Amino acid sequence: MRRFLLGLPGVDKVGLEARAARLGTRSIKTTAKAAGIDLAIRMIDLTTLEGADTAGKVRSLCAKARRPDPADPACPSTAAVCVYPDMVAVAKEQLAGTGIRVASVATAFPSGRASLEVKLADTAFAVAAGADEIDMVIDRGAFLSGHFAEVFDEIAAVKAACGPAHLKVILETGELATYDNVRRASWLAMLAGADFIKTSTGKVNPAATLPVTLLMLEAVRDYTGATGRKVGMKPAGGIRTSKDALKYLVTVNETLGEGWLDPDWFRFGASSLLNDLLLQRQKLSSGRYSGPNYVTVD
Amino acid sequence: MGIFDYAPAPESRAVVDVKPSYDLFIGGEFVPATGGVFKSVNPATEEVLAEIGLASAADVDRAVAAARTAYERTWSRMPGAERGKYLFRIARIIQERARELAVLESIDNGKPIRETRDVDVPLVAAHFFHYAGWADKLEYAGHGPAPRPLGVAAQVIPWNFPLLMLAWKIAPALACGNTVVLKPAETTPLTALLFAEICREADLPAGVVNIVTGAGETGAALVAHPGVDKVAFTGSTAVGRAIARTVAGTDKKLTLELGGKAANIVFDDAPIDQAVEGVIDSIFFNQGQVCCAGSRLLVQESIQDELLDALRRRMATLRLGDPLDKNTDIGAINSAEQLARITELTAAGEAEGAERWSPACELPAQGFWFAPTVFTNVSATHRIAREEIFGPVLSVLTFRTPDEAVAKANNTPYGLSAGVWTEKGSRILSMAKRLRAGVVWANTFNKFDPASPFGGYKESGYGREGGLQGLEAYLDV
Repeated sequence: MRRFLLGLPGVDKVGLEARAARLGTRSIKTTAKAAGIDLAIRMIDLTTLEGADTAGKVRSLCAKARRPDPADPACPSTAAVCVYPDMVAVAKEQLAGTGIRVASVATAFPSGRASLEVKLADTAFAVAAGADEIDMVIDRGAFLSGHFAEVFDEIAAVKAACGPAHLKVILETGELATYDNVRRASWLAMLAGADFIKTSTGKVNPAATLPVTLLMLEAVRDYTGATGRKVGMKPAGGIRTSKDALKYLVTVNETLGEGWLDPDWFRFGASSLLNDLLLQRQKLSSGRYSGPNYVTVD
Repeated sequence: MGIFDYAPAPESRAVVDVKPSYDLFIGGEFVPATGGVFKSVNPATEEVLAEIGLASAADVDRAVAAARTAYERTWSRMPGAERGKYLFRIARIIQERARELAVLESIDNGKPIRETRDVDVPLVAAHFFHYAGWADKLEYAGHGPAPRPLGVAAQVIPWNFPLLMLAWKIAPALACGNTVVLKPAETTPLTALLFAEICREADLPAGVVNIVTGAGETGAALVAHPGVDKVAFTGSTAVGRAIARTVAGTDKKLTLELGGKAANIVFDDAPIDQAVEGVIDSIFFNQGQVCCAGSRLLVQESIQDELLDALRRRMATLRLGDPLDKNTDIGAINSAEQLARITELTAAGEAEGAERWSPACELPAQGFWFAPTVFTNVSATHRIAREEIFGPVLSVLTFRTPDEAVAKANNTPYGLSAGVWTEKGSRILSMAKRLRAGVVWANTFNKFDPASPFGGYKESGYGREGGLQGLEAYLDV
């Protein structure tokens, strides 16, 4: 495992960032922009992960996920609502019959500093409460110390605890520090059984960036090519504008192709992004910009 | 139509005013040519853009005389700081009119707006800024305590980077106190003529910059003119040889920047994704019409399949079409003649047994187009591995050891550039030392900067452009 991960091709920082910057200059207009905005809305994991979360807050978020733009019934729903494990039951009830998934951050999110028993119990609790998707954090300490097998075993154990639920593995790329580490961690997570790999918790800066996302998409492409198993990707944190979201979609389109331009295979972990997408959507249909009072606060 | 095809995003042509006809620029005035006219066409549509004056020997004579007068009366006597002010002013106007220049360059040359807007024009401004800064510091440039200008410089430039080559030639010449007569290529004269307007806008003294348009004969007359003190040429090796013969035996100084057949060497420990990107950049930038293009890919045999799969996959995402569309990666080939030459050489590649591959790629019905192409199973004896194709055509060769890579890379009559891809720093340094090329890029390709000198070994020419070294070509040292 160690030899394999250390033997992966290196990443040239300058070249990776230049490629990401160039992908960011694609000009997306008119019909492509409208299609991209709707697609981005369908890919959002609408998220609330605060210490102050209440059932009321989660209920109102679920309502927004179902019908993001009250003025326009044609506006698509988001892919999922992402909450802490203790709020899964509330969200599940609110979203029953809508097809919108409930995702939950388990495994001692966001630090991941707890015993394996606690992490597995946390996961089992969320799944029992009805979570369709589990977002787990990896043990960055173990990874940075080079204890790759330990990280692998932990991901595999959580995957087993997930049962039918999909597992998204959060690498917390901001703490992994180098692009080489990000590529290794991506492979490690996929080999251990991750259904999705995810950049960040959103609690650490930097969170998702375009170069990191490009690099992880390349890892997904290479892993899928080598094993035939398709893995999804979720950048999370820091994506706030429609323009940014479109850059990510372009990057997916040109790295993995259209097969991944689907909420089953690509997600945005974001909450403030949705309102900007809605404003842009309204602008495209009306020809005028409205303001923050024309979209809901949550 | 895919679920997320990008809608067309064309840049507006309205930002630039293309006149129906253009005169020569001599002595600060636009004057009619006496040799007739020729046409400049848009290679992407074959539409005639404008009629251009064809400069006769008499016109060249007038231009050289104007340059001589300006040299003696004003420009060479002016303090360096004053010359610098003019150059700074030109650089700023280029930035202000960047959009106009980029669009005009795209429609006249066929290269994508993404390149003219993001690479060519910013570099043009950067060169003027760079040399503007040197104009009053020549005595500190390492060329002696009181370097003097040479006089009148005759400059002949190619069609692949019309504006950038103009900047590489004119900026150092003016900074050193020379005056110039420039002949742009006959297929791409429009941006040089717009530059003439910029010189007027900058109030550059009359005759310091003169522009004569025409084809080979005009260039030959200019190079052979007895009133010229310095000749600078960028273009094909064949023309370079002819110019060297013309200049031989005179006291004219000469710099030549000619063809290339660069090797791009990828070792098995290279950052693969970035190497693929670099290979794409090295050969499909400006449709491969780049003298330093990495047209020979030397890949270590142990990663050959992996790299070629990745390269083909990446090539399939290149977007070919309207050069003014902001999403276009590959534009039009500059002229019908050039297209014919690329077609002829690629046919020879197939006939000699190399394996040809291009992505599924629809070519527009009008204009001059060539799909990005890669040849595998190429051996060193094939014409496509030896001759400069000057088009989007990559030949792939393999090697087993670093020594073999060096031997194959250096086994060419040219020596303009080379690329090395490896994660190992010590290998980069040892390769750079052994490769006989003017520029060796490590883990990147086709990067230009006004501060770094550029030029060739062997049949790629002599002399350097850019940086401190670029000043030497225009100083009496």
